[in-house]
Amino acid sequence: MGVELIAVGAREDVLRKIRTSIGAPAVSSPAIEAEWNALPREYNRVGSLSREAVLEMLDERLRDYDASVIRIQSGAVAETIAKQLTERGKHRLVIPQGLAEALGEALPTGFEFVVDEGLSTTELDSFEGVVTASTVAIAETGTIVLQNVAGEGRRAPTLVPDYHLCIVRASDVVENVPEAMARLAATASLATTFVSGPSATADIEMTRIKGVHGPRFLDVILVT
Amino acid sequence: MSGAGLDPRTAPKFQVAARVLVGDSQMRKNVRHATKVIQTKRAKVVAEMPDWQKLREAGKAIRQHTMRHLDFYLEQFERNCTAAGGVVHWARNAEEARQIVIGLVKASGAMGESPTEVIKIKSMTTEEIQLNKALEEAGVHAYETDLAELIIQLGHDQPSHIVVPALHKNRAQIREIFMREMNLPNLGGTPQDLADAARRFLREKFLRVKTAVSGANFLVAETGSVCIVESEGNGRMCLTLPETLISVAGIDKVVPRYQDLEVLLQLLPRSATGERMNPYNSLWTGVDPAEKGGDGPRTFHVVLMDNARSEILADEEARQTLHCIRCGACQNACPVYQQTGGHAYGSVYAGPIGAILTPQLMEMHHAQSLPYASSLCGACYEVCPVKINIPEVLIHLRNKVVKQQSSGFHILANPEVMALKAVAQVFRSDKVFRVSQKLGRLAELPLSHKDGQGVGWIDWLPGMLGGWTQVRDLRVMPKQTFRQWFEEREKNKQGGK
Repeated sequence: MGVELIAVGAREDVLRKIRTSIGAPAVSSPAIEAEWNALPREYNRVGSLSREAVLEMLDERLRDYDASVIRIQSGAVAETIAKQLTERGKHRLVIPQGLAEALGEALPTGFEFVVDEGLSTTELDSFEGVVTASTVAIAETGTIVLQNVAGEGRRAPTLVPDYHLCIVRASDVVENVPEAMARLAATASLATTFVSGPSATADIEMTRIKGVHGPRFLDVILVT
Repeated sequence: MSGAGLDPRTAPKFQVAARVLVGDSQMRKNVRHATKVIQTKRAKVVAEMPDWQKLREAGKAIRQHTMRHLDFYLEQFERNCTAAGGVVHWARNAEEARQIVIGLVKASGAMGESPTEVIKIKSMTTEEIQLNKALEEAGVHAYETDLAELIIQLGHDQPSHIVVPALHKNRAQIREIFMREMNLPNLGGTPQDLADAARRFLREKFLRVKTAVSGANFLVAETGSVCIVESEGNGRMCLTLPETLISVAGIDKVVPRYQDLEVLLQLLPRSATGERMNPYNSLWTGVDPAEKGGDGPRTFHVVLMDNARSEILADEEARQTLHCIRCGACQNACPVYQQTGGHAYGSVYAGPIGAILTPQLMEMHHAQSLPYASSLCGACYEVCPVKINIPEVLIHLRNKVVKQQSSGFHILANPEVMALKAVAQVFRSDKVFRVSQKLGRLAELPLSHKDGQGVGWIDWLPGMLGGWTQVRDLRVMPKQTFRQWFEEREKNKQGGK
């Protein structure tokens, strides 16, 4: 195939030009690491709020971006899912593998839950919604982080259907972005999606419109 | 974007283009409204962060460090991305990048079929290289999927802002474009109606088209991951559903480590759209093997493009231009941009960052008027999340332009330089200077007139000098210069003795 032949020697040329431009002699990788370690990081890396204040903040900021939030005690997950889906009028939902285990409760009866085992895009488009767990939530920004693990699954199922019901455990809620990145570092190479409210745009006269291509409705169940 | 793009090689001088555009009162109203709304939102969410200045410091330090070791981090990214199943390509310039992408698109079809369509995420880098036009000429239609880019594409228009490319259009204008291009005679006029129309129009493309082209916000060297931030979900559609994904990134987009995102992902959304976090951030690493669940495209390519960036790196004072994370905050804050809009800059990179980036991307061969498209008020520096001292770079580039235009044959074509050289001659000799002052007083006589207080004014100058008096009056030269006064005083003193 010809693609490799289009820019023969480009890699070496670009790297050579960069080295000439930087001008400094090549530095060893430990020296670069030491320099990186010494970069100023005086911003808040650890939060300062109480647990309850952090959960309050997540609740408020999710609502601020048009998500609904239901706060419950553990043990009531299945019944809350049932209540919420009934309220929304959703019956046929796609779920990732290992959702019940991730939630620690069996899913409610009376709904059609289909496990995603590599469903096609068109098949995903036929569902009324998706139910998932989550890896981390960031209070300060009203963000939920999903990764490709059991209970959260592939990225497409949380994207194509129009409704997303997401279950967040209070113990996974952190106050700020640095705390979240620290938790995610170990699994950094997994496909990761940060979701902050439903899909939105402000491209027309800077008016925020809820819902363009991603799910237009996001409900969050926050389990203490 | 469609048709001929904004090309700094052929664009008129900023001052000429701006004169025409400031006459478009509808455009100015739209731009003023949009920039004001984003600025207010930004100010609110920035004020929420007590550590904002420390985040800016860290952001600047990370970018500086990256540029100092750019070769190291690019190679590290390449290694890790390749190990995760991605394919990394290198392009010296725009032409190479275009050819690589076209080649990859053509090879991406199933069973040897060559695709005729791709879906695209908004990407300034692909705008910079005018990729859509090149794809079109190669028989491939690119569907822009970002709402603003779709408005631009269907309206046969050009982007005028880094983050909100269609901010120069209002809802009525957008409605007209959609009614005509999507064939929707009964389309409603609210932003919600228009967004719904875009959703329906693009949904079918997302589900059908198997090849996607994107840019990239950050390439993480440590993990080989790519990060894209967006709002609408069109990005996720393009990154997740197709079989093949091709991401085009400038070599400046690399960041050392995953942890560095904790700084940049705080700075970027608050600066760009005034949100605490934009609705979606996607991070992925190479391809996910099918046996593990098959999340996302089967084939993933990254095109690392230089296109004059390594040249910018060589200029120590201007190097900070490469620190830019494309948030557009400087555009919203700029009093010049607010009046002219983006098109006057003749480049996909408009506003203050465009004024320093564009001429450098052209290796100072074109767009030399852009460093002058500023009042040097410093508003851009104040809002820049990675503290690029744009006014400093503007002055540095003006200096370069002057040097360029006052050397060799250029001088003959530049009356201003000729005049300044003549003035320099006059300043060199006391005698010549005194004579020219006398001559000046004589020459201004027929042009001057006195006001009510008896002060002499000139309100019209002939020829090229007329530019000065077009917007201001000039005081006539005083009857006596300081030197004359001083010498006379000394003479009188001695006489008095």
